[in-house]
Amino acid sequence: MNANSALFTGKDLRLTPIDREKDPEVESRWTHDLEYLRMLDSELARPLTPAQVKKKYEEIEKEIDQSRSRFYFALRTTSEPERLLGFLEIPWVMWNQGVAGIRLGISDPADRRKGYGRQALQLMLRYAFDELNLYRLVAQIPAYNRIAIRLFEGAGFVEEVRRREALHRAGQRWDALEFGLLREEWEAGRG
Amino acid sequence: MDKPLLRGELVRLKALDPEVNASLVSSWSRDGEYLRLLDIEPAIPWSAQHIKEWLEKEIEKADSAVNNFLFFIETLAVEDEPGGKIIGFVGLGEVEWHHGDAFVGIGIGERDYWGRGYGTDAMQVLLRYAFDELNLHRVSLGVFEYNTRARRAYEKAGFVVEGRGRQELHRDGRRWDMIFMGILREEWQRARADAANS
Repeated sequence: MNANSALFTGKDLRLTPIDREKDPEVESRWTHDLEYLRMLDSELARPLTPAQVKKKYEEIEKEIDQSRSRFYFALRTTSEPERLLGFLEIPWVMWNQGVAGIRLGISDPADRRKGYGRQALQLMLRYAFDELNLYRLVAQIPAYNRIAIRLFEGAGFVEEVRRREALHRAGQRWDALEFGLLREEWEAGRG
Repeated sequence: MDKPLLRGELVRLKALDPEVNASLVSSWSRDGEYLRLLDIEPAIPWSAQHIKEWLEKEIEKADSAVNNFLFFIETLAVEDEPGGKIIGFVGLGEVEWHHGDAFVGIGIGERDYWGRGYGTDAMQVLLRYAFDELNLHRVSLGVFEYNTRARRAYEKAGFVVEGRGRQELHRDGRRWDMIFMGILREEWQRARADAANS
């Protein structure tokens, strides 16, 4: 084992803490991109002010500290000047079962399709399996988010559940998908 | 609008009353097998006081957010059943109004009423409420692989398997799948029409 290996650092990006002073301005801007929000999950997409984002950050850090059942990272470039790319989180952990959720967002359209998502996901899988010692990870993805589906499948996730017509966006019904990855599958893929 | 919305053949659904029902729910929580059929969380027996506070919070949440609906299941007087007994609960949570989807949960805490059609009847009533009153598009649920009685009951109520969360549960030294099921509004309506015609 190599306990010194960089847990938070990849080639082009890092898992970092939230910056409560600087990040709200940036994320507030991203929340006005409703197409982006709709890709993330099934929630009602709505824009937030920087103050609302800041409050959300405070709640997230409080929850992480008090429950240790949520983990959240701000994704930043390794290149200087360090730039916020998006977020990566384990929104819930069911410790008694060894199971947790996983989600990520590369927020600025200009930063997509550059391999950031793949690198970020690799770091997060290592964190989930080698640091949190989880057994299984679950990602919920709307069927219309083809980029996310490719990304998670590329990392070894398997489509397990297709909740038919569970999403209603822009006049159309879509399936809500769930992808799963087991520890042994991740270990085999790590080679 | 032909029959009372909250009444089935064997049971009716009632508003929950923390004052009256807390000690009953507490007694159900002392049954470890019941808890493990119901919940993925660690099984914990809870005091009546804790349950009362929890139920009060649930009601508050339901009032303010209007995205969960919890009922108690009360038996009707039929044949040798005197009726008026609270045997379990059924409820809708995680209602996403903008998608028309919600998750249903049900538990029959009184073991004497297991495997006799009471849960199935309560589920039918709840589905009517979900589709005819809340106007949902679909209803979802998750059931544990080892809970074969519940799986049969859900199939009977018209739910279809939509996938399996592999090895989601870890109990008694082995892992089990979480089975996801769902029923669409049109499937439920078709089943109702078929039942009316037969």
